[in-house]
Amino acid sequence: MKGNFIDNLPKVYGIYTGGFIGFIIIMAIAEQMGMTAKAIGIAFVAFTVFIYALIGWLSRTAQADAYYVAGRQVPTVFNGMATAADWMSGASFVAMAGGIYFKGYGYMALLVGWTGGYVLVASLLAPYLRKFGCYTVPDFIGTRYGGNLARFSAVVVLTVASFTYVTAQINATGTIASVALDIPFQYAVYVGLISILLCSMLGGMRGVTWTQVAQYIVLIIAYLLPVFWISNKMGAGFFPHFMLADEVARIGELEQQFGFVKNAAADLKSVPKGLAGITKAHSAVNATPWAFISLALAMMMGTASLPHVMMRYFTTPSVKAARKSVGWSLFFIFLLYSSAPMLATLSKLSLIDPNLPTGIIGKTFAEVEAIDWYQNWNQANLMFISDFNGNGTLELNEFFMGGKAVVLATPEIAGLPYVISGLVAAGGMAAAMSTADGLILAIANAISHDVYYKIIDPKAETAKRLLVARVLLVVIGFAGATIAAMEIQGILGSVIWAFDFAMSGLFFPLVLGVWWKRANRQGAIAGMLGGLAAGTWYLVWVRTGGSGFLGITQLTFGIFGSAVSLVLMVVVSLMTTEPDKATQKMVDDVRVPSGKTILGKSH
Amino acid sequence: MSNQQKHWEKTRSLLFITLAIWFVFSIGIFLFGAEMNKVTGPFGYPWTYWFTCQGSLGAFVILIFWFANRQEKIDEEFGFSEREDE
Repeated sequence: MKGNFIDNLPKVYGIYTGGFIGFIIIMAIAEQMGMTAKAIGIAFVAFTVFIYALIGWLSRTAQADAYYVAGRQVPTVFNGMATAADWMSGASFVAMAGGIYFKGYGYMALLVGWTGGYVLVASLLAPYLRKFGCYTVPDFIGTRYGGNLARFSAVVVLTVASFTYVTAQINATGTIASVALDIPFQYAVYVGLISILLCSMLGGMRGVTWTQVAQYIVLIIAYLLPVFWISNKMGAGFFPHFMLADEVARIGELEQQFGFVKNAAADLKSVPKGLAGITKAHSAVNATPWAFISLALAMMMGTASLPHVMMRYFTTPSVKAARKSVGWSLFFIFLLYSSAPMLATLSKLSLIDPNLPTGIIGKTFAEVEAIDWYQNWNQANLMFISDFNGNGTLELNEFFMGGKAVVLATPEIAGLPYVISGLVAAGGMAAAMSTADGLILAIANAISHDVYYKIIDPKAETAKRLLVARVLLVVIGFAGATIAAMEIQGILGSVIWAFDFAMSGLFFPLVLGVWWKRANRQGAIAGMLGGLAAGTWYLVWVRTGGSGFLGITQLTFGIFGSAVSLVLMVVVSLMTTEPDKATQKMVDDVRVPSGKTILGKSH
Repeated sequence: MSNQQKHWEKTRSLLFITLAIWFVFSIGIFLFGAEMNKVTGPFGYPWTYWFTCQGSLGAFVILIFWFANRQEKIDEEFGFSEREDE
């Protein structure tokens, strides 16, 4: 039965994709027949969440290896899709195109950083951790270096990084649920949370894997369809990725023509919080090399340290499959990331080009205020105009937008039917849910497996272990939702911090665990705790008015943290005794793909 | 030198080559971002802009698959390939 399911995967997901496209068509017809925009939004979100919950229920399990690593039988390509969904969060889906829209080149360091990191994952870590046969990342640290303190330190770093990340994701599901279902954000956050838990509670990693594949299919259709459609509608080219050079050049021309007028601080006070105007060139190089490179580097090393990504490669059938699977993951991520700059270009041009029917710059305020979509998004607090110079026409510096609006509002601005906006909402929901699931599971698994089973009660039976894992899942989910409901920080800022925390504490202990035999327990503990402490100190220092050094900002504090981690780890390792023979043999075994895994199938 | 040591030596040099290529596309070219962006590149986009949107990203995808194939060859050469039934 089980093997049957794996063999039939292409068919199952083929039917699913066909069914989803059928659903989009039905909604499009319903829209023509008079279904309201609100009903379409609700139908899209409710229908997709129901499917995910169904998959979650079908994947329920009572076995430890199915719960922790999906039985290690996820085929390469499907694991790639699941990883891509796991990886691309609400930030990638909703905020990335907006970031490029406002900040241009400097922001695109994130595109390079969030893809280049996979080269490090493939070459330095994933195949070796798969050979190790661990259930969680702290499982590797705890076994390689030995001792409960090392294991516990890894759990601490994992929890700090993943929890920072997950509040942002629950926040994103709440935002989308509140817009699509038209309920207040404080309640929508919990609706989002319950949807997330439905996918992971019963089936653990197995449930999450198969829902993530389904979520990837929804999110990639929801992202690409509008990009291609808008591009064709504008006459910019039928394959935007290869054909937008003229549009990029045209934006440069318009920027020269309008100029970037700096607004007075008093004027900016009237602009609602979170909205921004275009202040940076679209395609010109406007950041110093170090600002660009340091951000890219921090994101790359963070990628290779984030446990919820690493644990996806524990689910492949072999070491060889783990390597290939990293390639597929990046390919599926590439499909979305290479489209984000195109969406930003199309969105910006359609708004600012006076020659286009959709352009609003240069129109009178009365004209813009009469536009339907402007009224809608102004009401949603995502768009704002104000006549600072009092000349009656809208200038580039008088138009403000929220970052999310680039993805959420562009279909409407370009005049696409509302069914596309409903689809985009479902896609954003899928992106945020899939990442939140991966993260909550990573934290709950680390605490249930590494703290409860390995440290507190090593004799616990499987049923009891899985019960603890599920209770933790709910507790962590609610803690995350409660913090998300307080809306402390923006989505993107906290995502970037998560990368910095992860790389501060985990990058070198993980990499050197495989690549440096001499690394020992004392060194690893110093590296993890020292790195995390140093990174956190730097963040707090810069946030409280510290000047920082070497151009390291609050977005790249992981560079400082990981440097401290490396130095501590090497110095402390060399000052203490080398690891025993058994540990050295273990490292040798990890380096060879064939043979038994270090940890048994069920441990 | 034992079989296993030789295998590891080759694996390590493959890692260095992979990281060198990775360095070029993730860091190296952006040292010259401003100069390179003045030149028109693929599909008519400025070079640096194109690398940040597509070029480097695509290069990473190809690099990982190339790396995976090379590593499989090395594993085969020393008889460390996984058998299907493992």
